[in-house]
Amino acid sequence: MRELSLHVLDLMENSLAAGAHRLEVSILEDTVANTLTIVVADDGRGMDAETRARAVDPYYTTRTTRHVGLGLPLTKAAAERCAGSFSLESEPGKGTTVVARFQRDHIDRAPLGDMISALMGALLSDRDNWDLHYVHRIDERELVLDTAELREVLGDVPFGHPAVRDWLVEYLREGYKELYGQVEA
Amino acid sequence: MAQIKSLEALRSLRERVDKDISTRRDTGTTIIVGMGTCGIAAGARDTMHAIMEEIRKRDIEAHITTVGCIGMCAREPLVDIVQAGKPRVTYGNVTPDMVPRLIDEHLKKGQVVEEWVVGRLQDA
Repeated sequence: MRELSLHVLDLMENSLAAGAHRLEVSILEDTVANTLTIVVADDGRGMDAETRARAVDPYYTTRTTRHVGLGLPLTKAAAERCAGSFSLESEPGKGTTVVARFQRDHIDRAPLGDMISALMGALLSDRDNWDLHYVHRIDERELVLDTAELREVLGDVPFGHPAVRDWLVEYLREGYKELYGQVEA
Repeated sequence: MAQIKSLEALRSLRERVDKDISTRRDTGTTIIVGMGTCGIAAGARDTMHAIMEEIRKRDIEAHITTVGCIGMCAREPLVDIVQAGKPRVTYGNVTPDMVPRLIDEHLKKGQVVEEWVVGRLQDA
């Protein structure tokens, strides 16, 4: 995948497919330590030790529609290619946490890319009854999106409603403009 | 500060849309974009972005929903258009540059773009 935001979207889709009700997604950029860390933690159904061990094998998948599962192996490979690391923690009934760390200025590190569209891709999901707590931090500054807070305001109006959708994009655009104010994307 | 202001905007937006939402859900248009790993790798996120931009530009009211893999990975990005009373039409390999024509012909003119269709489902 040519942007890290696509890996993030893919990981979020995994969490939703696992029946998660709460997703904690963080993009943590530390310009001093020179790291970019992606964390996707969910409270989905989780995996037992055997499934977890096989989850990074491209020739393993739980899906029934096809026989390969490329998401996690692709993210793992991307991190390891950039002098980074990858970890997958999971427990049945508790949830799953994926951490992918990259050397921030590594020549092979893909740009983060269009994170707003990636978030929208997940927020417009047909699965309901879940919330996202999203943080993107660059050193001291951060952007936060907490959908639980938004749902309190919105009631049963879905994120897919045209007016809400446009509001979300605009909100994230403003947030990113501020976040990127002093640092390059 | 900015966040508080936009939450207020969201609150008034909610009051505005609250009344007509149920009717719109029953009669309106829904565009469904496949967002499994296969879809994402094939560019589905950018296709979704193009759809969002196009319908906003043309002031078309439509819901956009993303779904997981349905097993037609080779035809991703897959885009379904569902309109009340009409068959559900599935388009395959929909890249962002195809979006303006798709929206114009299918949604504005009501003509299915036959050459891009990979499937059709009668309204359930």
